[in-house]
Amino acid sequence: MLSAIEIEKITHELQQVPVKKAACIEALKIVQQERRWISDESVADIAAILEMSTAEVDSVATFYNLIFRQPVGRHVILLCDSISCYVMGYTVLRQRLNEILLIGYGQTTTDERFTLLPNACLGTCDHAPALMIDDDLYRDIKPGDLEQILEKYH
Amino acid sequence: MERPLTQHIPDNGAALHLREYEAVGGYSALRKALRDMEPAQVSTLIKDANLKGRGGAGFATGVKWSFVPMDVPGPKYLIANADEMEPGTFKDRWLLEGNPHQLLEGMVLAAYAIQATDAFVFLRWAYKDAAREMRRAIADAYTAGYLGKNILGSTFSLEMQLHTGVGRYMCGEETALLNSLEGKRATPRAKPPFPQVSGLFGKPTIVNNVETLSWISHIVNNGEAWFKSLSYTADGGTKIYGVSGRVNKPGAWELPMGITMRELLEEHAGGMRNGYRFRGALPGGASTDFLTDAHLDVKMDFAGVAAAGSRLGTGTMVVLDDHTCPVGFVHNLEHFFAQESCGFCTPCREGLPWTEKILWSLENGTGEPADLELLERHARLLGPGNTFCALAPGAMEPLQSALKYFREDFEQHIKEKKCPYAHHQH
Repeated sequence: MLSAIEIEKITHELQQVPVKKAACIEALKIVQQERRWISDESVADIAAILEMSTAEVDSVATFYNLIFRQPVGRHVILLCDSISCYVMGYTVLRQRLNEILLIGYGQTTTDERFTLLPNACLGTCDHAPALMIDDDLYRDIKPGDLEQILEKYH
Repeated sequence: MERPLTQHIPDNGAALHLREYEAVGGYSALRKALRDMEPAQVSTLIKDANLKGRGGAGFATGVKWSFVPMDVPGPKYLIANADEMEPGTFKDRWLLEGNPHQLLEGMVLAAYAIQATDAFVFLRWAYKDAAREMRRAIADAYTAGYLGKNILGSTFSLEMQLHTGVGRYMCGEETALLNSLEGKRATPRAKPPFPQVSGLFGKPTIVNNVETLSWISHIVNNGEAWFKSLSYTADGGTKIYGVSGRVNKPGAWELPMGITMRELLEEHAGGMRNGYRFRGALPGGASTDFLTDAHLDVKMDFAGVAAAGSRLGTGTMVVLDDHTCPVGFVHNLEHFFAQESCGFCTPCREGLPWTEKILWSLENGTGEPADLELLERHARLLGPGNTFCALAPGAMEPLQSALKYFREDFEQHIKEKKCPYAHHQH
């Protein structure tokens, strides 16, 4: 069931659009912000409020890289794996993250602290390699910097 | 050397807020246009200046605007494409974070020219600082009367919204962007009808790149002759060029359109890092053909790069050095394109993962001589005219040119049954 605050925010979005369906992505963002990910139940709840089929909502939810259809940790690490970061050695960062966190891409640490995901170009190629944790961007990263960066997140 | 787009952005990249923007002449072009110019005059001025789109395709902006029907009642839309997601591209970020009002003023002027009623900034999710600055700029512009009802006391009104995306390369394609703004999957639409006639919610819509829209106020203030005089070549204006890879000073610079690759690499990017040799570069993002050291004197404007067999694209160059495997480099690109393909049309959905797998097998020592022919066939069959949109043809540009310029590397992988480069980056 959607919370009162989720319903309020989605209702606000519905006032901005000419047809209910058009609020689908905003609704997914709102629910994910509250719950970290989008469950089957949330898909059905959003479908009901937007008068769409669950399949239709799920087709949108599964299309976008940053709508999570599986549970994620408290913090999501997005490691840029695109070309400039490739040239500047993101693979070393990937390896180091695997060693420190004991997880690979798509996995979450057992304490639910971090989920590690690859991400397409973060648009900061002159400062490669780069990664984001939640809303924070880190650039020009050396493998030795990683532990200190991760310590900021609990 | 004039740098109209970036001269007021401080070195630390911090945003110019409303008062600072006004202090350097901000919103004077809007004042002038609303007072002295008819919408059609703004359109004609941009057409005469021959401003070409800075998002990658290079289409003439004024011509694009001229396709909007002016006698149709009801809503019309103007959208800034700020979904910068072409790998190797980081130019719009600079403008979005550093001078948000310059973009907004350009958008209001563009909206006035096509008589749009509503405008959107379609911003990519990852640009958090840009989102914060755009949000503030939009609020400040409303308060100051540059947005909303009866702008600056005129009869022209415009509502502006910021939309942040949820991550998909396809959203940069203008018709896919429209689907995404309608809350749908970002798959491209059939053309015609073109968005200028039937775009967002079936209404006339213009989608322009951030760098393109950031020009409008300057051209309104200073005229077409001034715009053309900034350039070294027939394509007017300056261009934000960028360089990334193993150069001494990776970065972005606003420079006259048409500077040479050599000047960009050596004078601005500081040349190659010690111990690394230049082998080639993608001149304008991931979906452009490689150029090599034989092309260093190519003028980086639309016609110059095209004559050399590539595209200016976004103008942000990714450098391939001699310690980086060209096959691995192209594999990384094809992995990106295969992942980001929307899956709507078969050649792209099936062909890109196949291409990626072949390149992966080459890197892992299981490539076969017939694979090169297979890659070449893909480059042809996923090329222009065979797919629904430009994603797959763009993906084939670095592949086909790598097969041409770095063929000995591909052959060596097959012959030695391994990647000959020391690093095995994947």
